Amino acid sequence: MSTVRAAGILLGKELRLEFRSRELLSATIIFALVVVVLFSFAFDPTASESRRFGPGLLWIAFLFAGSLMLNPSFSREQANDTLDALRLAPISPFAILLGKMLANFIFMSLAELILVPVFAVLYNISLAGIVWRLVLVLILGTAGLTITGTVFSAISAHARMRELLLPLLLLPILTPLLIAAVESTASLFQEQPALDTTWVAFLAGFDIVFLTASWLLCDYLLEE
Amino acid sequence: MKCRLGVTILIAVLIFFAGYAALFIAPDEKTMHAVQRIFYFHVASWVAMYCAFTTVFYANARYLLSHHRKWDALGVSAAEVGVVCCSIGLTTGPLWARPVWGIWWTWDARLTSTFVLWLLYVSYLLMRGLLEDSEKKATLSAVFGIFASLDMPLVYVSNRLWRTQHPQPVILGGSGSGLDPTMGKVLVLGMISVCSVMVLALIDRYRLELLRQECDELRFEIESRSTQAQDFLVSAKPKVG
Repeated sequence: MSTVRAAGILLGKELRLEFRSRELLSATIIFALVVVVLFSFAFDPTASESRRFGPGLLWIAFLFAGSLMLNPSFSREQANDTLDALRLAPISPFAILLGKMLANFIFMSLAELILVPVFAVLYNISLAGIVWRLVLVLILGTAGLTITGTVFSAISAHARMRELLLPLLLLPILTPLLIAAVESTASLFQEQPALDTTWVAFLAGFDIVFLTASWLLCDYLLEE
Repeated sequence: MKCRLGVTILIAVLIFFAGYAALFIAPDEKTMHAVQRIFYFHVASWVAMYCAFTTVFYANARYLLSHHRKWDALGVSAAEVGVVCCSIGLTTGPLWARPVWGIWWTWDARLTSTFVLWLLYVSYLLMRGLLEDSEKKATLSAVFGIFASLDMPLVYVSNRLWRTQHPQPVILGGSGSGLDPTMGKVLVLGMISVCSVMVLALIDRYRLELLRQECDELRFEIESRSTQAQDFLVSAKPKVG
């Protein structure tokens, strides 16, 4: 079976699993919302300040929510040792990883789809005219977050205190992604929005580097 | 053993001499005076740190290719030594910056990326403590180590781009551009001595890790043999009765 087809089937399995309960998705959205609300208490921003702090706040909320959401991705497989079953299937290990990456990407994007409008309302940021450019930034940033996050979720699933370990591993690695995503979002939130292409290219580069690395290293990552 | 003792004493003399040279032989800096003398050890610790972290990357890659436990031992030893060198650099930096820049810390590209580097390798070491199965620990930490090494250039480039767009009030003058020849010699001496201390610590730590691995294997062997013996006794009992 080709890798893409296998990944597609596994993606279907992940989506079915999640949409039966929707626990993960709803918890992620509410958590990110809590972060956004807490920030407004901590900084009490005015309109111009929220334009300045907004992008950073939004991405910090996504990163924190993502680092919690990605945890069950692999640890869920451990309850019934289903990862071993997946590894026994005649598919490449990258298909397993890719299926999970795609599923996490979809969950994270759905959460963002709800959070961004709420954020725009709460912090008085007009999204008219920048929607598609913002979607591009969100897609690239979320891809980077879910690619590295899924790999590290496979690592932390084997550890004690895995809920704590994943953010510990993930957040320092994501610093370049955070800078690039915040800067490109900030370029859109200005009075005259103009997408900063350097940072968008950087985001795309980040995604490519870590997707390639996880393709090369997935054999070791999932070996038993 | 005698040879190791000799080398240790030699390195101790070397680092003592490097300290003396940095304090008394190197000429006085025109504007910064005595404060500048920390430079000889500050820069040297960075050089040692880069050597250590390059070793981590090399050891991680070799471990994944060969699955030989000695590369894992080398990886963790180099990471520990590298974190120590990084901490030395991160402490001596602010000590110098406070009198010269007037602030302990600035989010300059180089400082920020080093701090992230420190965080990455500290979490590498923490992660190793939290993984129980030793084979899993070795493989997964090697994968993480390679990810961390790949991340490093990205961290630096992003900080560089970020900071050039927002110029900082404090700008580091190119210190390497006009270095006095004596200062250069003292700096080289400092680098050699700090790097040799690093290598010495690395070798000792590596030996300790190998011993620890051997100890684990022996313990495992004893446990499996004792369970075998118990099984044997249990199966032998009914026949006696």
